Amino acid sequence: MCLAVPGKLCAIAGRTGTVDYGGGLTRQAGLDLLPDARVGDYVLVHAGYAISRLDESEAEETLRIIREMGGIGV
Amino acid sequence: MFSPDAFRDPELAARLAGKIRGLGARLARPVAIMEVCGTHTVAIARSGLEGLLPEGLRLISGPGCPVCVTPPGEIERAVAAAGLPGVALASFGDMLRVPARTGTLEMARSAGADVRVAYSPREALESARREPARQVIFVGVGFETTIPGFAAAVREARAAGVKNFSVLPGFRLVPPALAAVVAAGPAVDGFILPGHVSAILGTAPYAMLPEAGRAAVVAGFEPLDLLLAIEMLLEQLVAGRPRVEIGYTRAVRAEGNPEARRLMQEVFEPADARWRGLGTLPASGLAFRREFGDFDAARRFALAAPEVQAPAGCRCGEVLIGRAAPRECPLFGRECTPEDPVGPCMVSSEGSCAARWKYGPEGAARR
Amino acid sequence: MSDPGRIRLAHGAGARLTAELVREVFAGSFGGELLERAEDAAELYLPGTRLAFSTDAHVVRPLVFAGGDIGRLAVCGTANDLAMKGARPRFLSLGFVIAEGFETGLLRRLAESIGRAAAEAGVQVAAGDTKVVERGAADGLFITAAGIGEIPEGRDLAPSSIRPGDALVASGCIAEHGLAVLDAREGLGLGPAFRSDCAPLSPLVEAAFRAGLELRALRDPTRGGLATVCLEFAAASGRKLVLREREVPVRQAVRAASELLGLDPLYVACEGVLLAAVPGAQAQRLVAVLRGQPLGADAAVIGRVAEGPAGVELETAAGGRRRLSWLEGEPLPRIC
Repeated sequence: MCLAVPGKLCAIAGRTGTVDYGGGLTRQAGLDLLPDARVGDYVLVHAGYAISRLDESEAEETLRIIREMGGIGV
Repeated sequence: MFSPDAFRDPELAARLAGKIRGLGARLARPVAIMEVCGTHTVAIARSGLEGLLPEGLRLISGPGCPVCVTPPGEIERAVAAAGLPGVALASFGDMLRVPARTGTLEMARSAGADVRVAYSPREALESARREPARQVIFVGVGFETTIPGFAAAVREARAAGVKNFSVLPGFRLVPPALAAVVAAGPAVDGFILPGHVSAILGTAPYAMLPEAGRAAVVAGFEPLDLLLAIEMLLEQLVAGRPRVEIGYTRAVRAEGNPEARRLMQEVFEPADARWRGLGTLPASGLAFRREFGDFDAARRFALAAPEVQAPAGCRCGEVLIGRAAPRECPLFGRECTPEDPVGPCMVSSEGSCAARWKYGPEGAARR
Repeated sequence: MSDPGRIRLAHGAGARLTAELVREVFAGSFGGELLERAEDAAELYLPGTRLAFSTDAHVVRPLVFAGGDIGRLAVCGTANDLAMKGARPRFLSLGFVIAEGFETGLLRRLAESIGRAAAEAGVQVAAGDTKVVERGAADGLFITAAGIGEIPEGRDLAPSSIRPGDALVASGCIAEHGLAVLDAREGLGLGPAFRSDCAPLSPLVEAAFRAGLELRALRDPTRGGLATVCLEFAAASGRKLVLREREVPVRQAVRAASELLGLDPLYVACEGVLLAAVPGAQAQRLVAVLRGQPLGADAAVIGRVAEGPAGVELETAAGGRRRLSWLEGEPLPRIC
C-alpha cells in the first residue's frame, strides 16, 4: 500500500543494488526480494528494497491500449 | 519510458474519462467502487481525478491504510518502547502523530526519547551496526509490500549476528481484510486492488471477489493507472463478467513475487490480529516464527499492547470499511482535525478523513 | 490531542501552528499594527526615507550542509526578506547564541561564510551580540539576524495589490534547500546533486525593476515551500490563485528524491527562489528578465490569479483540480 519509486539498476554488489532514479540521484536498495535482477533492469523500490521488475514493453502496451480508446462513448 | 509523465498525460486522461462516462451511461445505475489502498486514496485525491468521473460513480476508501488500522494499544506499546533506556526507536514517519492515551511518538520525541524517522528496515539495521551500544527497535507496520523487506532485514541481522536490532510486529495482511469488507461491508460493486501489494501477492488471493460477484482490477498509482482501472472495472460490470484483472501490467504479474513470499513465510507465520474498526480477524497478521523469535521486540523487552476502547463518537471503524463517509462522523472537523486527531483516519496522510480534509472543500478554508 | 504545556516541533514549521503561537503567546504581549500585517519585512516611515526592517531566527540543524550553512542562511534569509519588499538590503545585525564547548574553528568558518554572503548580498553587518549558554543547549548555535533596507521611491509591493488577471512567476527550481538540509541531517546520502540554493535574491528583484516591470508582490518560499507562500498570498489578498502543476520548475532528481522520501516538493523549503505576482501582460517579459540572471535560469509562469473565493487551486498534471491546503506542522515523510 505503498509508495514505490521506479529506477534503473546500474550496479550490483552481492545483495545490494545501486539504483539510478534520474537527474543524478542514485541510492542503494536491497535486492533480497529480486535475486535474479540484472544490471540494466528497471525496478520498483519500496522502503529500501526492490520489490518488482518493471517491464518496458508492458508499459508501452498499456499506453497503446489507452491511446486506442475512442472518445466519448464506447 | 518509466518517466512519470507518460502516465500523467492529460489528453489520455481525458480520453479515459470520456470512456468512463460512456460506460457509466450504459450501466445506468449508481456504482460504488472501493479503493482498498491508502496510497490509492491519496493518489486519487492528489491528482484531482474525482472531478473527471461521472456523477453516479462513488469512490469509497477501504481499510488499506496500515497506520489507520493499527490499534491504539500498539501505539502505546511503541511509546513505551521509546521510553526504555538505551533504545533508539525507528518508525515510518506516518506513525509519529498517531494518537494514543499515552501520547504520540512525536510527543515522546519532544520529551527527549530517541525516536527516529526511518525510511527502510535496511537502514535501521545499518544504524544498529553503527551504534552497538543502542538497542534499535523498529515499529513494524505495513502490508505485504513492506513485510518482505522486514523479513530480509531480520534474516540479514541473524546471519550477521547483530544483537541490537529488533522489530515490534504490527504487520497485517490484505486478503483477510478484503474478505471482511465483502462479508460485512456495504454493496461494493468493484475493487481497485493495491498495485504494490499485488506485485508481491499476485492475483490468486483475490479469487473470492469475483466469486462474490465483485469486479476487481489491480491498479498502479499514476493518474492514468487509476482511470484505466476504473474503466476496466466498468467494462467488467457492463459485461456482467466480474473477474480479477491486472491494469498495472508493467509492475504486476499474476504469480506475484514468489521469492518475496518465501522470505515472508520463512521469518513469519500467520497469527490473529486486531484491526481498528474491524475487530480481530483470524490469520490476518503475522508473528515471528520461533527460530526468529529473538528479533521480536515485544518478546525481547516484554512489551504488551493493551486493549483500548475506541474514543466515544469516533467512527473510524465504519469509515475504514466504507460504511460511513468522513463527513458523517460527528467528530470530523470539530474535535478531530489533522492537527488534533482523535482517530488515525485523520492522522495518517492516507487516512480517508485526512485525505478528505486536505483535498476536499473543508480543508481549503482553513487558516 | 495536543499537549498545550509544551512547544512542539510543529509550532516552528512556519504554517498554521506557528501563526497560532505568534497570535496566542507573542502578539498578545507585544503585538501592534506593524506586526499584525505579517509581511516579510515591515515598512518603516522615517521622514525622508522609506525603510524595510525584518528579523529572522536561524536554528537550522545541521549547521553545515551542501550548498550552505547557518551563517549564509542568516545573511541571505534576512536580505531576501527585505528584497521581497522591494528594498535594497543595507545593514544587518547578528545575534549569536553559542553553546559552551562549541568548536572555535567551526565558528570561524561560519563567520567567514557570513562575510562572503554579506559581500554577495551587498550588506554590512552593523551590529552584533554574542551569548554563550550551557553545553548541550542551543543545538550548538542559534543566530538571529535583523536587517534594514531602503525602499526606493515608486516601489509598492504588497499582496493586497494582487488581482484577477495577474500571473504568478517562480524564479527557479523548488525544494532544493529543504532536501539538502534533510539529507545532511538524516545522513540520507542523496549525493552531490543535492545542494541548498541559498543565495541573495536582490539581483533578480533589481533586474525586474530596472526593466520597468510592474510587480504587485514578491515572496520567497522558505519553510513550507511554494505552496505555503501561495496560500499566504491568497489569504493576504483575498484572491483565488490557480497553480499549474506541470509548469512548476522541479528538477528530476528532486522529484525522485521527494517520491522516495514521501515528501511533496510543493511544501519543501527553498532559499534561492522567489514568487512574483505581476500583471498578466507582463509575465513573459518578467520571465525573460529573470532568465537573464544566473539565479533565474529556470524561471517560469506557474499560474494565475482568477476570479473566485480566496484560496489556491492546483491544476494537476493529469488535468484534474484540487485545493491546496495548509501544512499541518512539519512535513512527515511517508513510506506506506
